[in-house]
Amino acid sequence: MEKRELGIYVHIPFCARKCAYCDFLSFPAGKNVQQDYFYALQKEIASFVPSGDYEAVSVYFGGGTPSLPDPGQIAWTLDVIRETFAVRKDAEITIECNPGTLDRHRLETYKRAGFNRLSIGLQSADNTLLETLGRIHTFETFRREYRQAREAGFDNISIDLMYGLPNQTLSSWKDTLEKITELDPEHVSAYSLIVEEGTPFWDRYHEDDEEKRRGGRPLFLPDEETEGQMLELLKSSLLDIGICRYEISSYAKPGYESRHNTGYWLKREYAGFGLGASGQIRDFRYRNPSRLEGYLNHAQPDGYVEEKTFLSGEDEISETMILGLRMIRGVDLQRFEERFHVRAEDLFKDVIDRFRKAGLLEITDHHLHLTDRGLDVSNLVMCEFL
Amino acid sequence: MSEIEISKIRNFCIIAHIDHGKSTLADRIIEKTGLLTSREMLAQVLDNMDIERERGITIKSQSVRIIYHAKDGEEYILNLIDTPGHVDFNYEVSRSLAACDGAVLVVDAAQGIEAQTLGNVYLALDHDLEILPVINKIDLPSADPDRVASEIEDVIGLDCEDAPRISAKTGLNVDQVLEAIVEKLPAPSGDSSAPLSALIFDSLYDPYRGVIVFCRLFDGTLKKGMKVRMMATGTTAEVVEVGYFGPGQFIPCDSLEAGMVGYFTAFLKNVKDTRVGDTVTDAQRPCDQALPGYKDPLPMVYCGVYPADSARYQDLRDALEKLQLNDASLQFEPETSAALGFGFRCGFLGLLHLEVVQERLEREYNLDLVTTAPGVIYKVHKTDGTCFDLTNPSNLPDPSEIEYMEEPVVAAEIMVTTEYIGPIMQLCQERRGIYKETEYIESGRALLRYDMPLNEVIYDFFDALKSRSRGYASFDYELKEYTRSSLCKLDILVNREQVDALSFIVFEGSAYERGRKMCEKLKEEIPRQLFEIPIQAAVNGRIIARETVRALRKDVLAKCYGGDITRKKKLLEKQKEGKKRMRQVGSVEIPQKAFMSVLKLDEQ
Repeated sequence: MEKRELGIYVHIPFCARKCAYCDFLSFPAGKNVQQDYFYALQKEIASFVPSGDYEAVSVYFGGGTPSLPDPGQIAWTLDVIRETFAVRKDAEITIECNPGTLDRHRLETYKRAGFNRLSIGLQSADNTLLETLGRIHTFETFRREYRQAREAGFDNISIDLMYGLPNQTLSSWKDTLEKITELDPEHVSAYSLIVEEGTPFWDRYHEDDEEKRRGGRPLFLPDEETEGQMLELLKSSLLDIGICRYEISSYAKPGYESRHNTGYWLKREYAGFGLGASGQIRDFRYRNPSRLEGYLNHAQPDGYVEEKTFLSGEDEISETMILGLRMIRGVDLQRFEERFHVRAEDLFKDVIDRFRKAGLLEITDHHLHLTDRGLDVSNLVMCEFL
Repeated sequence: MSEIEISKIRNFCIIAHIDHGKSTLADRIIEKTGLLTSREMLAQVLDNMDIERERGITIKSQSVRIIYHAKDGEEYILNLIDTPGHVDFNYEVSRSLAACDGAVLVVDAAQGIEAQTLGNVYLALDHDLEILPVINKIDLPSADPDRVASEIEDVIGLDCEDAPRISAKTGLNVDQVLEAIVEKLPAPSGDSSAPLSALIFDSLYDPYRGVIVFCRLFDGTLKKGMKVRMMATGTTAEVVEVGYFGPGQFIPCDSLEAGMVGYFTAFLKNVKDTRVGDTVTDAQRPCDQALPGYKDPLPMVYCGVYPADSARYQDLRDALEKLQLNDASLQFEPETSAALGFGFRCGFLGLLHLEVVQERLEREYNLDLVTTAPGVIYKVHKTDGTCFDLTNPSNLPDPSEIEYMEEPVVAAEIMVTTEYIGPIMQLCQERRGIYKETEYIESGRALLRYDMPLNEVIYDFFDALKSRSRGYASFDYELKEYTRSSLCKLDILVNREQVDALSFIVFEGSAYERGRKMCEKLKEEIPRQLFEIPIQAAVNGRIIARETVRALRKDVLAKCYGGDITRKKKLLEKQKEGKKRMRQVGSVEIPQKAFMSVLKLDEQ
């Protein structure tokens, strides 16, 4: 029987301090809580009963700040994964890190444990902006730790950036990009700021509701024009060092595209462990409890799952489209037909025709993909595939 | 219940300004006479329309027969005829009053006399009803029954010395009201052997029995098997069942006699055959003349009603037909709009009636609707000497064919505390009101009389009144006349295409201002799209205002990983849902609620 490819996500909810824009499930916590958490997490992983012959092709420790807790616990958790799952030798194994928490000891521990990719949340090289965002680090801290990571042997590093930030200018962004390209990373994730509900940014943004009703954005965010220029600058600067956009917010040197994340966009199955983590195994998507107490108290097989949703054939099709369109390459139409026994070009004929005419969609090389303009307004296109 | 002495009958209604406690008192009276427990009350008597309960108004009248053992040891039949509580339904109110011999006037002990209190009292006096004042809500901390009693004496001229002072909420002194009804309100008069003469004051459609006709007998006897004729519509029918109103139910009986209130059924298919105000008589032995006061129900406000999903046109038609079975004042006819497709031009008694029908269509028939801006009926006098009623702005002829136009004007009465007279007069002036007079009710309160164009009243006048008086002003109006006016059609162009459903008739002097506001409002309502969209207002092809909806630059979800797929999908689904609520007009998507924008032009 053919092995089924699997991605594994592990959630580490702890962070040094909550950032002003962050709506992820993360919070600062004391040593004892962390201890209990890892105990429950490892138990959850060990009790996973695979419903088929799976082979893990990627493992991703995300957060929060996975580089904050004891690196020994992280390494041990990865060991438990290896004991439970067949992890492929060449699997991509990533840990998310935040500057200000890394040091030689940690980096070497990760390396020894088998992590082969780091994703570092720099966000900006402008120290004033870092403060606005509520980050604990400066650019200098990041640069020191980045170099240590290289020294520790990490040859696949991704840097997270944000643009469209409050008071951010084009020249500040240009400066950040110059500093980044100098460091020559393999991968960059760059997000334009989305002000999420329940964050301090949201509260500040909506204080200026009156302005918003008049159709303008509140004054402290860069206007759309500037944000558009920021995106153009990002693309061209990265291209200069051989990094190409391969997804709405992801850029990589050829061969360094995140295999774990690509798995989500290609609708590969994935298992999620830890607080609030999601997984999709066969026809079911599930989510763990997002309250810490609930999670810690359900450390028994199957006791974790808080929400379980069955994905119908229609769900699979629409998700294949909306996730696939996130990638620059687009949706592989041949693969689509093999999987669903229907041609996407027929099933969505009206929508595809309309958006091709409007210059938002194109078909190249048996792939349906968004154009540059289409990528800017992708929601408009994607919602028609639901 | 065969031998009922006419002298032991009291037919009465309760009249009050909105929120003064009319329905609560009615419930309490029914409860006091021991017919129902209070729990049954909630379940049965009040169990009519959600909308009524939510808004605290009565739309459909309720009637009930109560048996009351009075202190004099006698048993009395009290027929409580409930009346609708809104100015839109004034005609229905007047018919209900005509069925009564007396009225209980409820006045709030804290608020005192309000505009509708007076309006209702005048109506009751018009029908020669004996009025029994009752001061309610005396349990309120702010209650001042002495002040209110003298106000009633001074303003209305009713003796309030013995007026019951009650709390309908707690039930305090409600028995005094019942005693007063027996003592002070007159018994009906009439001759049971004379030819039948009965007034229809309401009707109800029942899918099994057909129309249930509510009537008050003035003369004669109504029996099962009798052939009756409605004198205005000419409909004849054989009576299948007669009866009276139990609480929340119909109780059949052998016959109804002069002075009594009850119902009959006759397999009538449509309430149109049994118009409120019509007279029922014996087809074989008719009475000499019909009872006075019959009017055809006349819609005052028109708007276009369209199904949001054009596939549900037939469902909308069915729903309107069903509603009309019960509501003879609702009128509709098919119309088409380039922007909205197939729908209906509907006529209503007023804006509240419109809202009620709209809500019932949405709730009871599960329809999603797009409604266009409501308008009144204009009289268009053409140069060829003909004249027609304009109910749809799109039908306005070319200005060269119009000699002149007339619009309906209402006589409005606004009760206001003196500190707000300034702002209210200013509001009336802005709405083209013609000042008539100010009547001082008592120190600190005045009644303002204005003649106002109805089309100024239907555009959120009530809300503006409330906001400029901090809720203290009350308002009543009735149609007065049609007067000549300078009117024009304001057209709206979206992306240079005229959107017929957005056109409305406006006073020439307000066209520029309204056009500008309309463009601003639409700019807010229409979401940004892939291209820039000009929004223009035009009169006779001349552009008078413009706004621009800028092109959409960015609409993208920056991140989507394993943990967010469900949430991000929901966001996209919501966006798609939002699109469903849009109308494609040319190449532009216009949200459904934008078609009502004209109603909200005064919002800041």
